[in-house]
Order: sequence, then C-alpha cells, then structure tokens
Amino acid sequence: MNALPRQKLVVIGNGMAGMRTVEELLAIAPARYDITVFGAEPHPNYNRIMLSSVLAGEKQVDDIVINPRAWYAENGITLHTGDPVVAIDRAAKTVTSANGVVVPYDKLLLSTGSKPLMPPLPGLDLPGVVAFRDIADVEKMLDAAEAKQRAVVIGGGLLGLEAAWGLKRRGMPVALVHLMPTLMERQLDVEAGGLLQKDLTERGLHFFTSGQTEEIMGAETGRAQGVKLTDGREIPADLVVVAIGIRPNVDLAKAAGLDINRGIEVGDDMATSDPAIYSVGECVEHRGQIFGLVAPIWEQAKVCASRLAGRDDAHYETPPLSTRLKITGIDVFSAGQLAAQDEADEELVYRDSARGIYKKLVIRADKVVGAVMYGDVADGSWYFQLIREKADVAAIRDRMIFGQAYADTTCKGHAGGVNVAATSDDAQVCGCNGVSKGAIVKAITEKGLTSLDEVKLHTKASASCGQCASVVQAILTHVTGEVVDAKAAGMCGCTDLSHDEVRREILHQGLKTQDAVRQALGWRHADGCAKCRPALNYYLLCAWPSEYVDDYQSRFINERAHANIQKDGTYSVIPRMWGGLTNPTELRAIADVVDKFKIPTVKVTGGQRLDLLGVRKEDLPGVWAVLGKAGLVSGHGYAKGLRTVKTCVGSEWCRFGTQDSTGLGVKLEKLMWGSWTPHKVKLAVSGCPRNCAEATIKDMGVVCVEAGYDISVGGNGGIELRGTDHLVRVTSEEEVLEYCGAFMQIYREEARYLERTAPWVERVGMDYITKRVVEDAEGRRAAFARFVFSQNYAQIDPWAERASGEVDAHEFKTLAEVG
Amino acid sequence: MQDWIKIGRVEDIPRLGARTVQTDKGDIAVFRTRDDEIFALFNRCPHKGGPLSEGIVTGKVVVCPLHSWTIDLETGEATAPDEGCTRPVDSKVVDGLVWLKLESAKKVAHG
Repeated sequence: MNALPRQKLVVIGNGMAGMRTVEELLAIAPARYDITVFGAEPHPNYNRIMLSSVLAGEKQVDDIVINPRAWYAENGITLHTGDPVVAIDRAAKTVTSANGVVVPYDKLLLSTGSKPLMPPLPGLDLPGVVAFRDIADVEKMLDAAEAKQRAVVIGGGLLGLEAAWGLKRRGMPVALVHLMPTLMERQLDVEAGGLLQKDLTERGLHFFTSGQTEEIMGAETGRAQGVKLTDGREIPADLVVVAIGIRPNVDLAKAAGLDINRGIEVGDDMATSDPAIYSVGECVEHRGQIFGLVAPIWEQAKVCASRLAGRDDAHYETPPLSTRLKITGIDVFSAGQLAAQDEADEELVYRDSARGIYKKLVIRADKVVGAVMYGDVADGSWYFQLIREKADVAAIRDRMIFGQAYADTTCKGHAGGVNVAATSDDAQVCGCNGVSKGAIVKAITEKGLTSLDEVKLHTKASASCGQCASVVQAILTHVTGEVVDAKAAGMCGCTDLSHDEVRREILHQGLKTQDAVRQALGWRHADGCAKCRPALNYYLLCAWPSEYVDDYQSRFINERAHANIQKDGTYSVIPRMWGGLTNPTELRAIADVVDKFKIPTVKVTGGQRLDLLGVRKEDLPGVWAVLGKAGLVSGHGYAKGLRTVKTCVGSEWCRFGTQDSTGLGVKLEKLMWGSWTPHKVKLAVSGCPRNCAEATIKDMGVVCVEAGYDISVGGNGGIELRGTDHLVRVTSEEEVLEYCGAFMQIYREEARYLERTAPWVERVGMDYITKRVVEDAEGRRAAFARFVFSQNYAQIDPWAERASGEVDAHEFKTLAEVG
Repeated sequence: MQDWIKIGRVEDIPRLGARTVQTDKGDIAVFRTRDDEIFALFNRCPHKGGPLSEGIVTGKVVVCPLHSWTIDLETGEATAPDEGCTRPVDSKVVDGLVWLKLESAKKVAHG
C-alpha cells in the first residue's frame, strides 16, 4: 500500500482541548499529518483544572504538565511556545505568529480556549488585580500569599471558591464577594449552597453574598487597596482576584471571518463555517451552548480527531455534565437538573443537618435527571451513571437516596461498596477522561496493573478530578482479587487529612506553629481537639527541633506535669537509673524523699527502676529537688519518649556473658534519653542469647553474641505480644549506637502519633526498614545525625527545670483557697 | 448564702488550661479558653472523679485525663454517648479579675 502524502495540520492553542485532539489523532492516524502547534503561554501543555491544586500547595507546576516537551519531539510535532498566532489567511491557508513565523496548513484546528470575564469596573487595571486563568496568574497570587497580605476574591462559582480556598490555605485572610445570595448557584441548589457557605465560613473564609462590586479602590496609591460594593460596604485588600467566569476567546476566528456567536460556531462534526478549519474546547459554541468543564471537551476532541483522520461518522452531542469542587475535605457533587422544573418532576431529599449531609435527586418519569449532593458524595458517580444511562429506577426508588450499597443490598441480596461486578463493561467510570469500566479491566489484566496510580497512568481514569478514584479502586480490587490498602482515615474530627498528609504539609509548607498548621490546612476548629493537638505538637517538635516552642497545654497531663497521674489523682515518680544501675547515694535520696513526703508505695518496675507511688501534685517539685541533689533525673516514665533500657549483667559478672551488655545499655540510654517519640519506646540489651533482659520483645533489642551484636526491632511485650524482627548483626558498640539511633529517627519522622514501633514495622514492612537502616549507609548516617542534632534540644532534665521554681510554677500550686 | 468572691487574675490561669481553687465543698477547676472566657466546674469528672483541671481544654470543652470523657465547660454535662454532669460554678470577670459565686468565705488567698 502506498502511503498518502502527509498533510499539514496547524493547531492554534497548546491547551488541554487542542492537545487532547492531537493525542486522539495520533492514536488513530499517526502518519496522516505533519503537525505544528502554537501556544501563547511559555509552558508545554498542562492541566489547567489542577491550577487550583497548585495554588493550594497540593501540587507543583511540574506535577500538572500533561505532555512534556519530549512528547512533542517523540511525535514529530513542531512546537512554538510563547508565540501566539496573530493572523489567519484563509485564502492562502497560512497562519502568522507574533514572532513572524508563517506556516501553511491543509487543516487548521482552533483551540484558543477562553479569557477570564472581566466586568467593567473602575480600578480593574491596577497592579494587585489578577484573574485566575493561567500559571502566570497563580504565580502572582503566590507572591501575594508569601507576603501574607489580604485578599478579596470576586466570584462565588467554582473558580472563585477554589481561588479563595487556595489563598486561604496559603495563609492569607480571604473575603469572597458574590453577586448572588448563595454560592455556586448554577451547580447547587439553595440548600447545598448554604451548607457550603457555612462550612467555608467555619474554615475562616469571609463572605459578602448579594454583593455587587462598584469599584476596586486604590486610585491614590496606584495599587489595589480594596473593593467597594454598591451598598457601601468596603473590604480592604492587597490582592483582588476576579474569577466571575470565562468567555470564549474568539478574537482570531473573528478576524478571520468565521461565523461567531458567543463562541466560534461549530457543527456536530466540530468544523467551523470554513470546512478546512475545526475548533474544540472553551472557544466553541455548539448548538447554542458553550463549555467550561472538561468532560464534554474530551468528547469534542474525540469527534474532531476522528474527522481529521478522514472518518465521517463521528458526531458530537453534549453529554450530561457533573461538577465537583476541588476543595480538600469539602464534598460537593451535582449533575443534570438542579431542581424540579414543573409538575412532572419530583424531588427526593435526604437531609441530616447534624452531620452536614444533604442529597437531592430530581426524578422525571421514573428516571433520574438531576442530583445535588453535599457532605457525602460517595454515590455521586452512581447517580451520574443512572442519569447518563437514563435507567429506569422505579424498582429502587424508595431506597436509592440512601446510596447504591443500600439499594443493592435490599434488591439484589449483596452487600456493601460499589457493585463493580454488576456494572456493564461499557459503563463510563471516569467522566473527565471518558474511560469505561471495560477499558480499565482490560488495562489491568493485559498490563498486570496493581495500583491505583498505575491504572491512572495507563488509562487516565481518575487522573483529572479524581472523583471516580474509589470506583477505579473497587474495579482494581475486583479484578485482582486483592484488597488494596485504602486511604488512611483523617487524623481526627478537625480535618480529613491523614497523619501522613499533615506531616508532609508541615514540612512542605514550612509550617512551624500549631495555629499555622490549623489555618493552612483548614482545620474545622480553631483550637483543634484533644486528639490532634498532642499529635501536632509532636510532629512540629520532630520537624523543627531547634525552632519549635513546645505547647505544654497540648500535652497530656503526664507529660505536662512530668509524672504519671494515678487513679486517685496522685502522681508517681520514676527517676532514671541508667541501664538499671544505681548506687548508695541514689538509694539514700530515694529513701529520704519517701520519708519526707510520706510517699506510701515504692515499687520496682518492669523496666528495672524504682517507682514512688502516691505523690501529691503540689509535692512534685519538692520531691524532684531532693532527688536532683543526688544526681537523679527524670526517667520519663510518663512520656511518649524513651523510657527504659533494660540490661543483664553481661560479661562483667555473668559466666555466659559475651559482651558488656550493662555498659552498652548505659551508652544507649545516654544517647537516647529525653527524646520525644510517637509513642513510648523501650530498649533492652542482653549479654548472651539466653536473653535475660528479654531484648526480643522491645522496640529495639540488642543480643550480644561472640561475633558481635544482633540488633532486632519492632517488639512489644504489651497489649499485643510481638517478637522483634532481626535487623542486622554488627561488630562494634559504635555501630549499635548508629543503627539504633537511625532506626529511632526514622521511626520518629515517619510513624503516626500513638503508633508504637511494632505496628509501624508491620505496616511499612521489614524490607523497608532494612533498606533504610542497613542497605542505605549514607541515609542511615544522615538519619543518625538528625537524631543527634535534635537531642541537643531534648536532653534537658525537666525535673531540674521545674524544681528550680522557674518553669511552669503555676502548674503545681492552687490558685486560691476559699473557706 | 452565696457571695461573689475574687479568686485571682485572668492571666493567672494559662490559656487553654486551668487552675484549681480549694473550698470546703471540694476543689473547683477554673478554666480559661483561647478567647479568655472563664468557666468554673467542680473538679470531679462525673465518671470516676478524675481531676478535670488536668485535662486538655479545647473550644469550650475539657477532656478528662483519666478516661477521656469530654465535659462541656458551660454546663458541666458529659458529651454523648457518655452521660453525667459535674456542677458548674457561676463566674465573672471584672477588670481582669476573676470572681466565683461561692458559699461565704472565711479567707481569700492568692496562689
């Protein structure tokens, strides 16, 4: 077969719609065209939908690039970035760019996108006023956020809310002005819009609804200074973001004489009034409709590519659309009709105001034609599927509002979750990218995919808005037959973020106080709660050992008072006995303090120390003063920190001892005392494999042997008995200290608060621990160095500080006595 | 009869913390919120008598240090699903000084 001579395709616009069309075209007719692409922005093709995630600090610009420059090169595409086309000569069939590049075409694709809608307001051209449209806008907003200035966002639709939330997460005070009485009125009904506003208000955004902007103030200073509303209200601001909407960018098409209404008019074949010129995306108008969401645009790209490939059977039809808000922790979903329009329509409503959940289905002739959901959107994609498939729902009508699992349980006798087995292969799972269940199943089986990320990579399902991720995950589980680790739950009722996500953000955003964390990450309660506060306090202390100021009100009483509270409200005091050793001076001091303060009980603990039980709180500083004179310091018997290092007598006394286990235990304890950790940590060193110190049920255990030291980790003698896993055998005490210190630091940095080493080791796996601590020598030394550094700030005896009367004195005194 | 009795300054109580006042009817815990609101409760958790003054204060609740019951600072009521109540004590702040409404006092001492 003779190859056809290649034709020339020029694409104006390097955005999502244009490049998606090119991708589709390359997939079905890779050799048909020589392709040239012009883009006005200096960047390669990126995912504009994710700009709000970049603004919110959840993604970097590099993360949202769809096709890097290498992709253009690999596919033989000539790319001109930062060089917009300024003229089309339809007679000569050429385009001319701003830089004077002239390229002839056989077929031309216009994907010039949209421009931000800018109302005719005085002050709009002042510095400090931006739109929310491209990477350059986001960079301007981030600069303002850096300086922690005040922001006003004009526009309470999707775009405006995402801009406002992104700036809020960056630490700016944000006010939002919206023309209508409720937010997102085109996607949400009044009820759901009200819930949304309530939630966002609780997260610290300020709203001016029914607010019409009269002018942007700042004439005198020459910079935007605030926004004035027609009712006289004035809102001060250093940054004003205008995000009221978009309008098709038709300038070039208009100048070329194409038919234009609101957008560039296209037929069902995506051709403009000139049959050599096609158009897709936000710049087009199809049957009176213009587009701002990505799902219909993917469909346009498919039809357009098919036409460009010379096929004539593809027709574009606007599909039903669904909307979701990309604000972490706020779940909003809507699709189709928002409300009953006449008597033929019925509404099913479920409202649980205590839990902030609202669901509404609009039904016409036993078919779902609309869904609005707030707070719980797990079933959004199911309702959306029912809408698209125009499914008859008469049989499940009485229970469908409770969700698919419930509807299925009662009607098909099977329980729980998304019923992926019963879903047909051509059911669309990912609305953004038009991926069917069948395509996902095929990719999983043919390519042997095992994770959600891989499925995303290979099929693009859930790679855009992520709304269908749980369904994709369910399909993966169904096909592979494995239960894949679900997302960890949020750390407490104040946030939906998991412990790991919070820790990542603390480092990533450089958050250094609890208030900064709660503000930047959108905590629901300004104070946090008794669950998250101790965790945040620990995470910040671990992340910034030299900078973070401990918040003692966020510590449980034991750590705040540096003694263990007992059932009657008295306290117990355990001084440190290094490696289990003591001497006459220490024992005398203990005896003296027991006499002096009439302490009722002295007990040997499981960790080879003496516990003085029944001390009254107000006596604690006095008890510590007596103990301190004999050189005794806090044993941290109350702490999420290093507790004991249990030892046997080893080679110094024992017939079988192979090494100086007592001496090594003391060295380990001197290295590690005072360190705060996710949960309590206990160590032991045994002098021989008889293991008298029970080292193999400790967080870290060392068993001395003739050839050196066996280090094992992850043991627990507590609630759930677990023997340690062997980590490594080393030959010197120095190595023991380095390996144990490194393990300790990695545990400190990566385990979740209140997670002991045993469950942590089981969760991440011994392979991982071995890789980090044993195989990666450089990483081990670096972790050890970080541990030693942080110990500079931790090894301060809290008892001596408080016995001096200069630290937390009020903690141990009553405020007043009355009567 | 009950009188308003001055027990100390607002700053004597740590923010998001508590101090205690000893009376012959039992200890009273006096709490201070983030916004410097002052609340007072008898210092016994309705569950097992835990000292509420030692709990973590957040918003307008305190979490008992013994078994993590959550007690409302305004009413002394335990939060569902737990049930029980510890007696609240009337308090007021005037010119930065904290007053409690208590049985007539023989003496007032500052700590």
